[in-house]
Amino acid sequence: MRFVGSFLFPESASNLAPNVDHIYLALLALSTAITILVLVVALFFCIRYRRGSKADRTPPKGTPMRIEITWTLIPLLIFLGLFFWAAEEFFAMSRPPADATEIYVVGKQWMWKIQHPDGRREINELHIPVGRPVKLVMTSEDVIHDFFVPDFRTKQDVVPGRYTTEWFTPTKPGKYHIFCSQYCGTDHSRMVGWVYVMEPAEHARWLQRQPAPDSLVAQGERAFHSRGCSGCHVQSSAIHAPLLDGIFGKPVPLKDGSLVIADEQYLRDSILLPNKQIAAGYEPLMPTFQGQISEEELNAIIAYLKSLGDQPRQEGER
Amino acid sequence: MTTATLQAAPQPRPLTKPTYLADGKTIRSWLLTTDHKRIAILYMISITLFFFIGGAAATMMRLELLTPQGDLVTSETYNKLFTIHGVVMVWFFLIPSIPTVLGNFLVPLMIGARDVAFPKLNLASWYLFMAGGAFAVFSIITGGVDTGWTFYTPYSSTYANGHVIAMATGIFIAGFGSIATGLNFIVTIHKMRAPGLTWFRLPMFIWTIYTTSLILVLATPVLAITLTLMALERAFGVGIFNPAMGGDPLLFQHLFWFYSHPAVYIMILPGMGVVSELIPCFARKQMFGYRFVAYATVAIGVFGFLVWGHHMFVSSQSIYAGMIFSILSFAVSVPSAIKVFNWTATLYKGSIRFQTPMLYALGFVGLFTIGGLTGLFLACLAVDVHVHDTYFVIAHFHYIMVGGMVMGYLGGLHFWWPKITGRLYPERLAKLSAVTIFLGFNLTFFPQFILGYLGMPRRYPVYAPEFQVLNVFSTAGASILAVGYVLPLAYLLWSLRWGRVAGPNPWQATGLEWTTSSPPPTDNFEKTPIVTEGPYAYDAQAAEAELEAGHA
Ligand code: HEC
Ligand SMILES: [Cu+2]
Ligand SMILES: [Cu+2]
Repeated sequence: MRFVGSFLFPESASNLAPNVDHIYLALLALSTAITILVLVVALFFCIRYRRGSKADRTPPKGTPMRIEITWTLIPLLIFLGLFFWAAEEFFAMSRPPADATEIYVVGKQWMWKIQHPDGRREINELHIPVGRPVKLVMTSEDVIHDFFVPDFRTKQDVVPGRYTTEWFTPTKPGKYHIFCSQYCGTDHSRMVGWVYVMEPAEHARWLQRQPAPDSLVAQGERAFHSRGCSGCHVQSSAIHAPLLDGIFGKPVPLKDGSLVIADEQYLRDSILLPNKQIAAGYEPLMPTFQGQISEEELNAIIAYLKSLGDQPRQEGER
Repeated sequence: MTTATLQAAPQPRPLTKPTYLADGKTIRSWLLTTDHKRIAILYMISITLFFFIGGAAATMMRLELLTPQGDLVTSETYNKLFTIHGVVMVWFFLIPSIPTVLGNFLVPLMIGARDVAFPKLNLASWYLFMAGGAFAVFSIITGGVDTGWTFYTPYSSTYANGHVIAMATGIFIAGFGSIATGLNFIVTIHKMRAPGLTWFRLPMFIWTIYTTSLILVLATPVLAITLTLMALERAFGVGIFNPAMGGDPLLFQHLFWFYSHPAVYIMILPGMGVVSELIPCFARKQMFGYRFVAYATVAIGVFGFLVWGHHMFVSSQSIYAGMIFSILSFAVSVPSAIKVFNWTATLYKGSIRFQTPMLYALGFVGLFTIGGLTGLFLACLAVDVHVHDTYFVIAHFHYIMVGGMVMGYLGGLHFWWPKITGRLYPERLAKLSAVTIFLGFNLTFFPQFILGYLGMPRRYPVYAPEFQVLNVFSTAGASILAVGYVLPLAYLLWSLRWGRVAGPNPWQATGLEWTTSSPPPTDNFEKTPIVTEGPYAYDAQAAEAELEAGHA
């Protein structure tokens, strides 16, 4: 059974995998049942009513209305059930838990660049401890990519110009494929990597072996100064610019009267496309940083802005 | 049976007019013809050519995939191969296949008309199609395109090399051919039906061609717009889809699938139409639930426009939009299920013969059932997240497109071959190749479902070694499939000269096309037929009685 399982299923290595497999198995059972039903009935008719066979062929009487309605409604009801089951799971897949470790991922022709909250970087590899939920905040430098980990049963397109998220809790230590599954050009099939899921102790040892750079927040803070953001966005500035403390996740009133939640996308757009949305009460004085800041630096700045909450500061990776 | 059949039966021979094939023998008479039957032949030759171009690309891909390393061709070449395969097969084979070949030949014959409503426009459609094909072939020969048939932005508009615009122009031009064909059929079916041929007396094939035509006319312009916008961004840097220029890459996907999902129905509905003709004829049975099947056809056409977002569940489209597209996709599968049940029920109490067309029809039902059911997996949100963009999707749509449409096309081609050419194909060989195609097809594509769930992404010339075994099975199947496709090409050509003469109605089929001679005269009918009955007036008991009496 295990052998057959490993031939038909990838490793089940995340919290999402068993649920997806269950729906898949249910679909498989249903499809097999329907296929066999159609096959057996068709075969039976083909044999029994083959030309020349002695069978009763008196034309059936009455309208087939009742039959038609039956075989319309039964599939419809089954399908509705399946829809709700899968939709519920999909909903859960799109809602990362609040305590998930946030890891930034930048896709680029043809590699994956990973930034951990503690500032460590990896290329085409992702080392994480088992049992801890992970939220990937992803964007692309060029074309659309897709971060796919079959053993976790999840994937998400990685789109230039916006952030997408994907989350999972790895449940089993091991080494798992990362595939880019959105066609992205010549070396699309080489845009692959590995997720290493480690026991906490082993992960701690791995961390020690890596040089410890500044945390992502600290890198962001440095960039915030070196890029001149702090020239405007401080209390003492000569230019009337909003203070950015505690901005993340809060509603921001805009000049045109609307209200937006300051999520990663809003912060990104404020920095790259400052004229897209102007904060209420301010002049559009902010210069654009499009083309000057790399995606990784931007991630660091955003991580820094996110850390400027009025809540106690989040420390790097616990 | 229609009165026309009854009238035609006693005196089938005395032909006053030459057949459409004898009416002009020069190349010029073919290239300037406005006869729908000759145009059908022009299309038949052209799409066969394109089928083998697309097939050659597929062959190279399957060979490359024998090993995980990517050693036969470079990644760049592989990417061009799957683009050629996709573009050529979708736009230059599948979409035109049944409508322009069988549809052109049969629509006027089945409704008792002399020709389509606009014969010159019909010829113009073929020239547009060929002009589009020329652009496509040009871009293939001069270096190729590596965007995939989906042309996703910003890859296609900014990053891809090659003749993207030439390829898109080819599709754009061929699209106008499709629109003109659709328009022609719609008007023809509305205005030119023989006296007494009411909507619910129409053969199911006409219903499906009608619905297909509606989709062609409504959806194809969207494709033209989408490709134009992509080309504008590529050629002139107008920021529409590329976020670096203020565009929205998802907009492209919405527009593209708004066309391409309905296009899936352009590719399958006519196949369903063919099967709906074949099963009643070879089972000698009235079609079960005729009206329901007709309604189901139209329902598929309408719902088909509302489900495009199921290609975008992981694209970062809103999850609520995803839910709506998911439930609508489940809904659109119900009418397809209804059709499968009705075809099966048609066999009940029939007098079933298993000639080649029937083998194809039964094969169609089986493969379409699997294709349809695996579509449910993709409509299921959480499961689609896992299998999207993997070989599962590849397997699924090949079960529909190749298992469905190509089987339907071949079944139809064999069924109407005697009508088109006046000759019968060699039955034994034809049965053999039908079975070969069925087996080869399953061996090629079934392993891909498993590969997909295991996580092998599509469009990968280099892949993880654990996927190799299943890929070898798939390539082995493809070789069998290739033999299955070459055989009919050979024996059908052979039959043109040496096949048995068919006579007007070798299958004792109902339907107006069988009341005229084979091949039909240029004007189709000697006098306009009058219809007094519904379609498929078959009688299984009578067929058995005839068999017993010994003269059938
Ligand atoms: C020349 C002064 C100036 C500089 C330099 C500057 N900004 Fe701004 N910024 C502004 C002004 C003025 C606004 C308010 C108007 C607007 O919304 O565009 C603003 C708005 C913002 C907002 C939106 C705040 C809100 O309340 O909605 C963010 C986020 C932001 N800036 C981040 C940055 C970052 C990060 C940098 C450095 C990379 C930077 N700014 C550099 C002047 C500046
Ligand atoms: Cu990629
Ligand atoms: Cu679709």
